[in-house]
Amino acid sequence: MSLLNYTLRIADSSLISGQRLAEWCSNAHTLEEDIALSNIALDLFGQANILLEYASDLDGKKTADDFAFKRNEREFFNLKLTEQPNGHFGDTIVKLFLFSSFNFLFYNKLSQSKNENLSAFAFKSLKEVKYHLKHSKSWIVRLGDGTKESNKKVQESLNSMWEFTGEFFEMDEIDIELNKKGIGVNNKSLKEDWNNIINTTILESKLKRPEDGYMQTGSKNGLHTEHLGHLLSEMQYLQRAYPNAKW
Amino acid sequence: MNEIKFQEKIDSERKIEPKDWMPEDYRKHLIRQISQHAHSEIIGMQPEGNWISRAPSLRAKMILLAKVQDEAGHGLYLYSACETLGVSRQELIQQLHDGKAKYSSIFNYPTLSWADMGAIGWLVDGAAIVNQVSLQRTSYGPYSRGMIKICKEESFHQRQGYEIMAEMASGTPEQKEMAQDALNRFWWPSIMMFGPQDGDSPRTGNAMKWKIKRQTNDELRQSFIDKTVHQAEIIGLTIPDPDLKWNEERGHYDFGKMDWDEFWDVVNGKGPCNKQRLDHHKKAHIDGKWVRDAAKAYSEKQKDLVIN
Amino acid sequence: MSENTNVWEVFIQSKNGLAHKHVGNVHASDKEMALQNARDLYTRRNEGSCIWVVKSEYIVSSESEDGEAFFDPSNDKMYRHPTFYNMPKGAKHI
Repeated sequence: MSLLNYTLRIADSSLISGQRLAEWCSNAHTLEEDIALSNIALDLFGQANILLEYASDLDGKKTADDFAFKRNEREFFNLKLTEQPNGHFGDTIVKLFLFSSFNFLFYNKLSQSKNENLSAFAFKSLKEVKYHLKHSKSWIVRLGDGTKESNKKVQESLNSMWEFTGEFFEMDEIDIELNKKGIGVNNKSLKEDWNNIINTTILESKLKRPEDGYMQTGSKNGLHTEHLGHLLSEMQYLQRAYPNAKW
Repeated sequence: MNEIKFQEKIDSERKIEPKDWMPEDYRKHLIRQISQHAHSEIIGMQPEGNWISRAPSLRAKMILLAKVQDEAGHGLYLYSACETLGVSRQELIQQLHDGKAKYSSIFNYPTLSWADMGAIGWLVDGAAIVNQVSLQRTSYGPYSRGMIKICKEESFHQRQGYEIMAEMASGTPEQKEMAQDALNRFWWPSIMMFGPQDGDSPRTGNAMKWKIKRQTNDELRQSFIDKTVHQAEIIGLTIPDPDLKWNEERGHYDFGKMDWDEFWDVVNGKGPCNKQRLDHHKKAHIDGKWVRDAAKAYSEKQKDLVIN
Repeated sequence: MSENTNVWEVFIQSKNGLAHKHVGNVHASDKEMALQNARDLYTRRNEGSCIWVVKSEYIVSSESEDGEAFFDPSNDKMYRHPTFYNMPKGAKHI
């Protein structure tokens, strides 16, 4: 049960991030970036798919699509950061950068998991996340060190997303249990490396690191911001409206 | 003199390359045709993009996103080809926003159910592929190479659509109804995608002489209809044309009258989504200006760094 | 600010050991962006193992009207090709 829950947390973060990024399709500032964002979204859906298939194996009854399309808000465990609306490109790129910088470190550790499914998944995903990090970082630098307007905008994005980064390093009973077994990652131990990535990038992009203030929490228990419900009602529409249909 | 040499080259099936001499009308015709093609790919992202967030399975979601992404890529290949004729992408986009450049009017119809993703892939991409296969042999080198690449990548698009249609046509009664409804709405606009009938297509003459186009609108349309009728039968859907009948003598299907008044209305801006599609494109462009400006400012600063 | 961005020509090496081949262009304001855009546009189907990008303005092309002067003179120098030479009957591995 812990393992299933742990798997769903990772899967849901990928799925919900992908869903948000895919909303950019046909809306980006250049065609080139439109394609880039779709590529990242496709990587994330691919990651979600692998893990939801694994969740389906663990569960024995539900399919991967059941997990994606037939759970309610309280049964989703994605990081709150991932469900935040896209906002403008700066908001999206900050979200992606924060998420990818964490995932890069997280997958790095998870690839050494004793659970072969998780380690193989992390090994594959690590390559993808490295690119997501590279891509988002280069945009943070461009926007931060671009015009006055872009610097101001991306600084505001960073400030407003900051409260969602506390969740990266939380450890609850499930995390502690699986970490002890050599399956899960000790998220707390990632903080120092994460700080390094963030601080270097912030310095390079002429931004200021926000102060740690109120930090959001709760997604490990299925507690979310109000945005998730709307995202799900759109994503799950067909499966819910036609429960007997196959697609 | 140049003109004769040029025509000789065309007649002997050699390609025209960007630096070669070409008649001004040839260049103009190409710019109009290629940019229209590029804009169609880009505006065409919207009706399908409309369903990415609601795709009914993870598989369907990934496929649809990859497909719409391909369309962005194909638009880029085509803008690229067009740029070799001495016009910039910015100018082309400006022409689109000013309403001076057109795109395929099929994309001015709304996508109202998931079955529309099937109909668009099967019919709209199907029609586009017939046209594009023929254009692989177009006389302008960069356009021809672009078409070859696009055809290679697009081969999955039509299958993706047909698969959705087949699945829905054999699904619940509601699904079958959606599939038939999508076919009903998209059939006529799809076959009109090939453009006016040959008699009413004033530019076809030059385009054929210069081998920009290799087959006429009517030839391409007929070839698409001949292919598609059987595909509809196999999945148990009915093409909404009572006059559709095999003609033994011609070796082709006869088909009913197309509504050209509607076609020209939609081309000229009076279609259900004309305004929406263009506004969407403009908004993305305007909203993104600060990002493009930032990137540019950043790159200028990097230049200064190198010089100092 | 002018909306014109730089155009970059893209060359892809499809497999280790092969030559880089021209595949098209991308728009980008800096070299990092050019590389990433090329990667996202031209290697979506596993087509690449290495990418070169070069600003289009740095490409120098021969003019088509120079074509005859440039290329015809090599037409009649068949001695540069191995098939030009008469080998004794039965000679092998040469």
